[in-house]
Amino acid sequence: MRRKEKLIEVLMICCSFVTILTTAGIILILTVETVKFFSEVSIIHFVTDTQWTPLFTEKHYGILPLLSGTLLTTTIAILFAVPLGLIIAVYLNEYASPRFTAFVKPILEVLAAIPTVVYGFFALQFVTPSLQKIIPDLNGFNALSPGLVMGVMIIPYITSLSEDSLRAVPRSLREASYGMGATRFQTAFRVMVPAASSGIIVSVILAVSRALGETMIVAIAAGQQPKLTFNPKESVETITTYIVQVSMGDVPQDSLEFKTIFAAGLTLFVFTFILNSLSYWTRSRFQNKYE
Amino acid sequence: MFKLETRNANLWYGEKQALKNISIGIEPNSVTSFIGPSGCGKSTLLRCFNRMNDLIENTKIKGEFLLDNTDIYDMDVYELRKKVGMVFQKPNPFPKSIFENVAYGLRIVGGKDRNEIKDKVELSLKNAALWDEVNGILNKPALSLSGGQQQRLCIARTLAIEPTVVLMDEPASALDPISTSKIEDLIYELKQKFTIVIVTHNMQQAARISNKTAFFYLGELIEFDNTDKMFTNPQNERTQNYVTGRFG
Ligand SMILES: Nc1ncnc2c1ncn2[C@@H]1O[C@H](COP(=O)(O)OP(=O)(O)OP(=O)(O)O)[C@@H](O)[C@H]1O
Ligand SMILES: [Mg+2]
Repeated sequence: MRRKEKLIEVLMICCSFVTILTTAGIILILTVETVKFFSEVSIIHFVTDTQWTPLFTEKHYGILPLLSGTLLTTTIAILFAVPLGLIIAVYLNEYASPRFTAFVKPILEVLAAIPTVVYGFFALQFVTPSLQKIIPDLNGFNALSPGLVMGVMIIPYITSLSEDSLRAVPRSLREASYGMGATRFQTAFRVMVPAASSGIIVSVILAVSRALGETMIVAIAAGQQPKLTFNPKESVETITTYIVQVSMGDVPQDSLEFKTIFAAGLTLFVFTFILNSLSYWTRSRFQNKYE
Repeated sequence: MFKLETRNANLWYGEKQALKNISIGIEPNSVTSFIGPSGCGKSTLLRCFNRMNDLIENTKIKGEFLLDNTDIYDMDVYELRKKVGMVFQKPNPFPKSIFENVAYGLRIVGGKDRNEIKDKVELSLKNAALWDEVNGILNKPALSLSGGQQQRLCIARTLAIEPTVVLMDEPASALDPISTSKIEDLIYELKQKFTIVIVTHNMQQAARISNKTAFFYLGELIEFDNTDKMFTNPQNERTQNYVTGRFG
């Protein structure tokens, strides 16, 4: 019996090591390949050059166009999803009946379960043509449409986590506000949302890092033209799209061209890593507010 | 004329009847205590006066509830709650600064004039006997105050909306004796300007601070009279047993 327990414990430790080793392995490979890349391309060049053309004859290795494409689509998604997701969360928490909330929340979470390739196709085939009716000079590939669709995809992340943290706000605060003659709207936005702000911030951070890393939707609907622009009507390429493009293409494995994807990948990783740390910090900092 | 009045008030939480045919009149500028064993409906009746029970699903309310002889269900509920303020059992300041807690009621009615808000905040804190302790740290978080200070902050917050009635549901039950006596002194002061209804489990407290006392039992109003009489010469045997500590 004792030996069996010991065995189980060892197995569990092995399982956790698998994840740790995988993470370490990914970071190691990313770093090693990136270091190799930077031995050939100067890092100053990488962060200041405004062109990204490693696959052309006249080569430029400036990450800014890919970064702007990534940030542009992410910003659109966030600007769309945060207000909407938060309003839905407040509605479910403050206005809707508990039964309605219990019914709607799982349905909303289905949005997050739709395969992203379906979203991408939806953006390209439906959203872009529809938007073109309103904005005639919208490019067939553009940042706006996949940005919005990505926004729809991340709404459940924001709504679900925000609603959880709104629900965790003590009843007594809500009663204090109503007791002073505040309306539902005032109670929701002046008391509940600020009191739940740490959870809401965490939800937004997670949504941002989800949007930054999103690949399929932008690869399908945003195009593959690295361009330093913040015009949502134009075609852009994100870091993730570029990585897909190169790794699926016929670029030789040990060439400098191929190493670009590691440098680009590491750039993306730095961003999501900062965001994750931020969310971890926010959570631990505000955890015990009501205890 | 009564400040607050109920006539044949009945209330059900789902199937369960929590108030049975309660008729009570509360005089202006007085302190009235509600006493009785746990679960007898004291809080429920208190929460009828500012329609806080409206927030609970599945409650059914019957009977008349009057503020200054006007049916409170004919009034705008938000206006009613501004006239009938409430202080809760556990201090429940908002996770905002001390200043913003007191200013909350002024802001929700659209107060914009900074000086006016500042003056009213100061006045309310003075009325709640908290000014001397928080003057100079108004921008600190309210949650950094002690429990007793938080409760007086909640009182200040309620006074800032300039109610005429203040309902208090066991406002001192979570506090130490010194904070409790501060709150009691405060209630005594507030009586000059406000009508106060207080729920308490502390017989001495009821005897010390209230003009009138109402004794409830299982959702019924058993006896309602001057506090002296309730404690020295109650008419009902159950009141007698309760105030002398023989049951409850
Ligand atoms: N939200 C609610 N839903 C259902 N029943 C409730 C609710 N609130 C109170 N009750 C019931 O109504 C009755 C009266 O409750 P109330 O809180 O008014 O009692 P109380 O006299 O204030 O008691 P205590 O001294 O313990 O605070 C109790 O039996 C209680 O269980
Ligand atoms: Mg009670």
